[in-house]
Amino acid sequence: MVVAPLAAGREGSLRELLDTMNSAPGMADPGNTILPFGAFERLHFARLVLLDDPTLADVEAYGLRPSKAPLCLAFMGDCDGPSRQTLAAMSQRAEAGLRSVFAHCEGFDAHGDLLTWMLAHDTPVAANYVNWVGRSVLQIKQESALQRMLSARVGRRPLASGTEARAARRSLITFVEEEKRAGRLALTPPERTPLRWRIAKLVNLIAVPLAGLIALPLLIVLLPWLIYLLRTRETSDPEICPRPQREALQTLQDLEDHEVSNQYTAIGTLKPGRFRRWLLSVLLVLVDYSCRHVFTRGYLARVQTIHFARWVFIDDKRRVVFASNYDGGHQAYMDDFINKVGWGLNLLFSNGLGWPRTRWLILGGARIEQSFKRYQRRHQIPTQVWYKAYPGLALVDLKRNQRIREGLERERMSDAQALAWLRLL
Amino acid sequence: MKHQGQTHAVDRDDIQGLLRSGYGHHLEACFLLLRIRDREAARAWLVGAPVTSAAMVERPAGPLPETVLQLALSSEGLRALGVADDIIEGFAEEFVSGMAGDANRARRLGDVGASAPERWQWGSGQRVPHVLVLLYALPGRLDAWRRTIEQQCVAGFDTLACLQTADSLDREPFGFRDGISQPKIDWERQRPARDDTRLAYSNLSCLGEFVLGYPNEYGGYTDRPLLDAQRGAQAALPRAEDAPDKADLGRNGSYLVLRQLAQDVRGFWAFMDSAAGGDPDQRERFAAAMVGRTLQGVPLVAATKASDAAASSADLNDFTYQSDPQGLRCPLGAHIRRANPRNADLPAGTRGIVSRLIRTLGFDEEALRQDLVASTRFHRLLRRGRKYGAATLAESLTGPPGAPAGLHFICLGANLARQFEFVQDAWMTGTKFDGLTAESDPQLGTRLPAPDGTPTDGYSIPQPDGPDRRITGLPRFVTVLGGGYFFLPGIRALRYLAAAH
Repeated sequence: MVVAPLAAGREGSLRELLDTMNSAPGMADPGNTILPFGAFERLHFARLVLLDDPTLADVEAYGLRPSKAPLCLAFMGDCDGPSRQTLAAMSQRAEAGLRSVFAHCEGFDAHGDLLTWMLAHDTPVAANYVNWVGRSVLQIKQESALQRMLSARVGRRPLASGTEARAARRSLITFVEEEKRAGRLALTPPERTPLRWRIAKLVNLIAVPLAGLIALPLLIVLLPWLIYLLRTRETSDPEICPRPQREALQTLQDLEDHEVSNQYTAIGTLKPGRFRRWLLSVLLVLVDYSCRHVFTRGYLARVQTIHFARWVFIDDKRRVVFASNYDGGHQAYMDDFINKVGWGLNLLFSNGLGWPRTRWLILGGARIEQSFKRYQRRHQIPTQVWYKAYPGLALVDLKRNQRIREGLERERMSDAQALAWLRLL
Repeated sequence: MKHQGQTHAVDRDDIQGLLRSGYGHHLEACFLLLRIRDREAARAWLVGAPVTSAAMVERPAGPLPETVLQLALSSEGLRALGVADDIIEGFAEEFVSGMAGDANRARRLGDVGASAPERWQWGSGQRVPHVLVLLYALPGRLDAWRRTIEQQCVAGFDTLACLQTADSLDREPFGFRDGISQPKIDWERQRPARDDTRLAYSNLSCLGEFVLGYPNEYGGYTDRPLLDAQRGAQAALPRAEDAPDKADLGRNGSYLVLRQLAQDVRGFWAFMDSAAGGDPDQRERFAAAMVGRTLQGVPLVAATKASDAAASSADLNDFTYQSDPQGLRCPLGAHIRRANPRNADLPAGTRGIVSRLIRTLGFDEEALRQDLVASTRFHRLLRRGRKYGAATLAESLTGPPGAPAGLHFICLGANLARQFEFVQDAWMTGTKFDGLTAESDPQLGTRLPAPDGTPTDGYSIPQPDGPDRRITGLPRFVTVLGGGYFFLPGIRALRYLAAAH
């Protein structure tokens, strides 16, 4: 995530410039002249957002003075392969456009190297979630084309027997082969994960539990004290969940529901003190770990509607930015949050200032429906420019299309498997 | 329990009868949409209007009232009455902003194309009703009742429209038995008000899901205007259970959604007929597959169990889809399955803490497949609609186009966003409901392609022995002609709103 403070007096013209990138409110035109997102084949999602935090004054509840954080521009995206590679491609192909955007930032050197500047402003992501690790934009688009093709082709009549189902599948396989040969369809085999990534993943897989193991004795000794710290805070931390301003809410809603997916960007301050800071840092390491090794196949606990999500510390770890791309409407997203992963939300976000009261870190909190809903809307900020590479496709589509392709490429299938496969079409 | 004693009892004298009853015996009804012309005269009428309470319609308490009047106000109506802004702002955001006039809401509700608010006959721009008067009467009594009320209103109000309704209640205009699925409300407050996971679907809903001022399914209270105690003292407003030093303006009230839905009966049956190649049995089977019930109201998923067409609504409402996860008996996208998926908080599995933990963490592949639809109990609607116009199946296929027919859809709920808007958006208009693609509700869908060009005019009927049967090119069967959000206040709250300056 590239984050840079704006130069004084440049906010208005930046907002105007960002608006020119859109074809509908907040919806990026894939071919816009500033940054033609559609030209980058490895890019799934991207957004440009002004981190304009409406809740800075909340620290007054602790008798603290609000910090005068400068207004920052954030640029983030989700791509296949190293992000550096995509940034490099962008700085080559859309140099003028990107320069015109970042020229609104403080200290941007119009003559310096663009990529170097962006990398220098790259803020590390504390935790990152990917719905299906390794599923590339190319794969998604090719499999969608395959699904459409097969769905139009398949005979929609009852099959008398399993043998007939297998025969139907075989004829579809032949059909696909012909289409491939005719150049009307491509199914590129997945790229191999680079060795360096696999090693890094393995190291991470071992290192985190190892560090945990080493810290365990200390943790056990400290546990009563930590519980005391947590419980005293949980029972006295102020809840700050007033209704969001109507105009602010309207601005957010104007940007939503133009597509089957939506974006969500939120910002907030951590509760003051080292305890929360450490707790959240450790928890985000654990969340990142589980997203990297456990929740890599289409679900984050029970939630199956999030494409990508990330948590980023900013402002010297005093504040956090959360950004996600999800399927369906905002109400449904909140419903999933409360009913499916309220516990997980509490684990992380209860370290944020003003969160509805939790018990034992996972209970209460987001389950206090009305307070939670006001809280999350109040902390949400408008995403000025948002891009999605495969409009119209939701995660249920991606998963089904993937299963169609897998079934197509399987050597052998039983009668029942062939029938189940045909029923996907 | 914290709030026992007096606050615990439900004051049925203060609740409008519509929350308790659909007035099934009152076969005649009409709905007046009024705009306030003279504020003082309007107030004077509202302060004394003869509103029927729940206590008056509860049987066997007494004889049925011959005529009934229910009253609801829009946010524009509250403003026109001169209710203070800070009170209005205490209501739900959706109510304050109204059903029309927000492009995002229109997208979510499917009010686009021919159903766009700009085209409505009422409910948008200068035609937003201030007051909704619902009149019901036993057979033969409506005309006189309506004249009486109109005479009383003439000084304070202009009539924007009078929505007439048909006298028979059993079948909706397409010909299906209607109004079977209704939540049962826990009027006795027997369900403990606490937040826990429910592992089985239940038709019983907490009172607070439909009546403001009581605990809802989360064990919490839905936001509503709470006033300083002295402000509400005059009208003897009840105190808030969750904030005893405040007067609760919402208590015993509810939100009312009204939408006029024109149904193209002829178009519906002509389409079914051509899809069925003119075979009357097949035509009816297609229509039933789209609704999820037979014309007689028997749910397809339970067709072997409740085959008796004369079965009571309660019998016809006693089922879930747990035995039909693939939609082989009742298609996943059938109207009644979308409107009420009848699932629990957690996908089914074996009992025991380990199994539950596995499902909670998402490690059960089959459970995940069954977990694409939100838990039903947070998204129930209490329906109170009435149909208008008359059309029969035979007429609709032959002869000249009949008179306009449709539904004055009404539903009640304490949370517009979580109940009506969610159901309309995620379940009705949504094209990815339960893993489906390229189709919205077979009856209500707009059929407009998604912005990226994906069609939404299909319908899939899963088959056990092959790929889904796919019906394409569904035309629009239902068009929205008007709509609005209203507050159906408790009777004391109504008097307070009418008197407040």
